[in-house]
Formats: sequence, C-alpha cells, structure tokens
Amino acid sequence: MLEIKNLHVKLEEEDKQILKGVDLTLEAGKVHAIMGPNGSGKSTLSYVLAGRDGYEVTDGSAKLGGEDILEMDPEERAAAGLFLAFQYPVEIPGVGNMTFLRTAVNAQRKARSEDELSAADFLKLIREKAKSLKIDADMLKRPVNVGFSGGEKKRNEILQMAMLEPKMCILDETDSGLDVDAMKLVAEGVNALRDEGRSFLVITHYQRLLDHIKPDVVHIMADGKIIKTGGPELALEVENNGYADILAEVA
Amino acid sequence: MALAKLKQDTTETRLSAMQMPEGGHWSDAARADALSRVRMMGLPTRRDEYWKYTNPTTLTDANGPPAATFDMSDESQLFGDIDRLKIVFVDGVYDADASDPLAMEHVTIARLAEAGEKDIHWAKDMYGTLEIDGQSPVERPLAALNTAFASDGILIHVTGKAPKPVSMIYHHSSDTSDAILHHCIKLESGAELTVLENGPAAARFNKCMEIDVADGAAFHHVRAQGRDHERRAVTHMFTRLGANSTYKSFTLTANGVLTRNETIIDLRGDDAIAHVAGAAMGDGDFHHDDTVFITHDAVNCESRQVFKKVLRNGAVGVFQGKILVQPGAQKTDGYQISQSLLLDEDSQFLAKPELEIYADDVACSHGSTSGAIDEDALFYLRSRGVPEHQAQDLLVLAFLAEAIEEIEDEDIAADILSRLEGWLVRRR
Ligand SMILES: Nc1ncnc2c1ncn2[C@@H]1O[C@H](COP(=O)(O)OP(=O)(O)OP(=O)(O)O)[C@@H](O)[C@H]1O
Ligand SMILES: [Mg+2]
Repeated sequence: MLEIKNLHVKLEEEDKQILKGVDLTLEAGKVHAIMGPNGSGKSTLSYVLAGRDGYEVTDGSAKLGGEDILEMDPEERAAAGLFLAFQYPVEIPGVGNMTFLRTAVNAQRKARSEDELSAADFLKLIREKAKSLKIDADMLKRPVNVGFSGGEKKRNEILQMAMLEPKMCILDETDSGLDVDAMKLVAEGVNALRDEGRSFLVITHYQRLLDHIKPDVVHIMADGKIIKTGGPELALEVENNGYADILAEVA
Repeated sequence: MALAKLKQDTTETRLSAMQMPEGGHWSDAARADALSRVRMMGLPTRRDEYWKYTNPTTLTDANGPPAATFDMSDESQLFGDIDRLKIVFVDGVYDADASDPLAMEHVTIARLAEAGEKDIHWAKDMYGTLEIDGQSPVERPLAALNTAFASDGILIHVTGKAPKPVSMIYHHSSDTSDAILHHCIKLESGAELTVLENGPAAARFNKCMEIDVADGAAFHHVRAQGRDHERRAVTHMFTRLGANSTYKSFTLTANGVLTRNETIIDLRGDDAIAHVAGAAMGDGDFHHDDTVFITHDAVNCESRQVFKKVLRNGAVGVFQGKILVQPGAQKTDGYQISQSLLLDEDSQFLAKPELEIYADDVACSHGSTSGAIDEDALFYLRSRGVPEHQAQDLLVLAFLAEAIEEIEDEDIAADILSRLEGWLVRRR
C-alpha cells in the first residue's frame, strides 16, 4: 500500500534537514503506529506525504499502491486514496462544514470518474456517520472547525475520513486532546473502517489509543529516522520506560 | 478663486461636447443651477485629494474610451426568478418594449424625459436637491454634471408598501455609448420599496440616484455591475433619512475597467438605520472605488459599512469611507469595515477610513485589512481532494460572505450568490 524508501526532506526556506532517510513499508489491511520524541519528524513525514508546500525532498521516494505520490498535487493524492487527519486541524471561517465535505466528496468522485453524490444521498450519509461520532447537526452547519473544541476538531477529522473512505489513512496524534469517551468514539470510528484494502498509519505518543486500535507493527522515530520497528509490545515498552533505553540501544 | 488651468480646461472641454435636453421642462432651473455649479467647482482631476486613488480622466474627457460589449449570454438573467417591475435601458435609452408598464399599487412611476409637462411637483421639488446637499463638505462635480445633463431617469413616488421590487436593467450595446441617467425616489412616511439594478449600462455611465426616505419608511437596494470588462462608471447615491427609517444597499461588482461608486447618506431623523455593503471582484485592469460619506445628524442612529474586494492580476481596489458625527448626534452607532483579499502581489488595495466625531456619547469603530489567501486553509481543503482552483473559490466566497449577508431578502441574496459562483467558475 505505502512504500517509503530512504526519504530525505529538508525545509525549503532554510537549510534544515528534518527527515534523514525514512524507510517504511505498510501492507494493505495493516495498522502501523509511529511513536517518537517531540520534534523527531512525525508530522513532517505526514505533511510531506500529503503534499504540503514548504518541504523539499532531497532523496528517496514514496509510493502509494505502486504510484509515486511525491510529484502529485495534494488533491491528486487525496483522490488516489490518501488521507491525513491533521495534528492541528485548520479553522476556515466562512466555509460551512457541510459545504466543504460535499465539495470534497464530489471532487474525489469526479477525479475517479464516479457519479457525484446527490444532495439527498449525501445528507443521509453524513447524518448517519455524524451520529455515530456524536457530532450534532449544529456542528455540521458551522464553519469548518471554527469554534470547535480540541476534541470536536479531532472527531471532525474522523468524520471526514469516514465520508471520504480513503485507502491509506494517516492519523497524526488524533488522540491528543480527546477525553476518554471521545477516544473510544474515535477508535470505534477507525475500527469501523478497518478493511482488507485499507491501511492505517497512526502517529501517537500514548499506548492508550493503541489499546483500542490494535497495531500490527510499531515504529519508533527519532531525529528524522525510523530507529526501531517491532510488534505492539514496543508501544508498551515506551509507555513504561520512555525513549531513553531505545535511543541508547541504537546509539 | 479662479480654477486651476487644468481643471478649467478639463471642464470646458467636457462641457463643449455636451448637450442639454430640450427646454420647457420643470427641471430646467435645476439643470441650469447644476451647470453653473459644475463651472464653479470644475470637474475632478487627478490632483484632487478626493481623487487621489482613482484617476478621473476617462470620466471627464469629452469622449470616454470605447468599450466593447461583452457577451454575457452564458449567464442566466439576474433576478430572473424574482417577481419585479422591469424597466429597461439600452445605452441609457429607455426601451419601452422591453419594460413593464410603469404602474403598481402604492407607487407612481414616471420617466424624467417624459415628465416635463406633467404635474408631478414632488419631483420638481426634489430633482437635484439632495445632490446639492451632498456637495458639502466634499464636492462631487460629476454628480452636478449629471443633474445638469441627465437624458432620462426614473421618478418613483411610494406611498405604501410596494408589492414588488422595481428592477432597472441597463444593457450596453454600443462601443461608444455615453449615458447619463438621474433617478429620484421618494418614500412617504411608512412606505417600503426595493430597487434592483443590474447590467453594464454603457461604455461610459454616469448615474445619480436621489433617495428621500421619510419617517418610518424603508428603502432597500441591490445592484450588480456586470462582467463587461471595458465599461466605465461613476455613480452617486444621495440619501436623506427621516426618523425611524431604514436604508440598506448592497452592490456586487465584477470587472469593469473603472468603477467609482459614491454613497452619500444623511441620517437626519432620530433612530434611523443605514447599511451599505459591497462585494467586488476584479482582475487585471479592474479599478474599483467605493467612496462613502455618512453623516449622523440625529440621535440614536446606526450606520454600517461592509466592503470586501477580491483582487488579482494587478487589479486595484479603493475604499474611502467616512463617518461624520455632528454635534448633538448622541448615541450614534457607527461601524465600518473594509477588507481586501489579494490573490497575488501585483494587486493593490488602497483604503482611507475616516472618523470625524463632534458628539461625546457615541460608539464608532472602523477597520481595514488587506491579506492573501490563507495557505493553511488552502492546503487543508486540497488535502481533502478539492482541486486548487475550487478550493480558492471556496475561500473567496467565504471572504465575501460577510458582505453578501448584508442583503436582507433571502431570494435576492441567493441570486447574488449564485451569480458570484458562476462568475468564479467562468473566469478561470
Ligand atoms: N516549517 C518549519 N520551520 C522550522 N522548523 C520546522 C518546520 N517544520 C518542522 N520543523 C522542525 O522539524 C522538526 C520536526 O517537526 P515535526 O512537527 O515533524 O515533529 P513531530 O515529531 O511531529 O513532533 P510532535 O511529537 O511534537 O508533534 C522539529 O524540530 C520542528 O521544529
Ligand atoms: Mg507532530
């Protein structure tokens, strides 16, 4: 599904290397987690994969379903099935959440030469999905993320994911800022989407989310590289001991 | 003091190319007066402070530059689904066949050009008077020129709630048309009227509207100045508001090489409300100037100005907005915001917001901003699969929304919004 090889990324504006050779292969239907100290490059990796401006790939490659995505526009990557749940979802005053989602869903369908969803079908679908995430009608009408609480923003990200049904879902600290109940809701939302043809890359600092969304593989990222890869037990080790041992082991 | 040479030459050159309508009309005296005022003031030149940001030359030249007509057949008719009384002008010439009969309940409507002999005293007492009031403290010579030379216009007298809007449709068909229209609208106490205006009007258009709103009356105005690229226009709206009366005006402008829209409002009676809003979208040679002067002359009045402009490819937007609070106009609530969204670095927004306050118990605020598209928002939308141009359109509409929300009638607002969406798609 996702194949990242020797990915090197620096900032466009300054001479600062952030990713220093990331290798990661994620098969269809699998859930991988990435953990790692603050500032190790996890969000940068997710942004580079999603196609945000401001980064320069100096070496390496990233393929989605065998296709090189690094040359694609962000919207092309989305249409190809990539989705990033942002660590910090963006507020967009003046653009209604509903309008935004309908535009996005239909733009992707169009890009894939599928028929657009009728207004009625769209409404039915979004109501159903919103309900399971406990997002009320009022939140759907409001401008995108404006005045949403931290937790509401994260749930809104999962709602978008549920509506867009991407193949490759990257979740960047979707658990941060969520209360215990909301975390369960989000995890249920994610688990409901788990499918043979769909993969997840879950960036998190805490084992707790991984209790709900069981990863197949856990990666530890430090200083722009994956320094260790293991099973779910690796997350427990981090939870109990922090990163010191792992960093020392590699050094 | 004698006029500066440049001003005098400009004025005389323009006047020598103009012709007053035939005499024998009750407006003759007002026209003669206006003409002498034009000579006294002189037409604007680019040295005038009030025209610092907008070069008036092509508006004052004997002949304006030609303007090719623009095919807008790809658009459905604006306000097409709204039940309205249509009055059609082609290059400033009344089109009787295309217009509806000039009659409706509580409203008398006449053409200026035809009303000369008729006994409509209200218009005789009004024609040019609000324009004169609006000449101080700032001179507006192009409005006086309009009063002197207007070839036609619509005179509307409203005594109750008008059953439907009066819709003026201005077609442009000749490359060299130079139209001058002057409308007078008088709302008696408690009357209500909506006036719609749309269309490019002429290669060069000078329009003046005088609106007298009596106590408790309400006037609504929605206008769309179309996509016609080469047209030029200077418009003045002079309004006097009685106690408890309401004035709400919204203008949508897309393209047009030069537009100067002046709005002059005098809140004369207590508890009156005046809202003026504008959304403009310009590309390339587009130069759009909103000049607003609101005078608070009474107690507890509210005025509100909301202007938004989206500019790209070197387009220029201008906003000159003033709130003047006269001594004794206590409890004034004045608000003004002007904002521009610059889609590239070549475009420019020039704003001159002004407050002048001579009363102590007032709340006035104003703000002006200029900014680029929010890159984070753009990326967020694109990351969800929305193509870049469509994402940009969404953000442009979001930016303009605050001005469009000023339109009270939902059907009209929806019409304006869909027009705007259509323009956004077509200009790609
Ligand atoms: N636009 C930028 N300008 C300057 N520095 C940047 C920029 N983007 C990322 N960085 C730096 O790159 C490093 C990696 O940042 P990144 O956000 O990817 O870390 P992270 O692993 O997601 O951290 P966290 O766990 O705190 O979310 C940090 O040192 C950060 O300060
Ligand atoms: Mg991060």
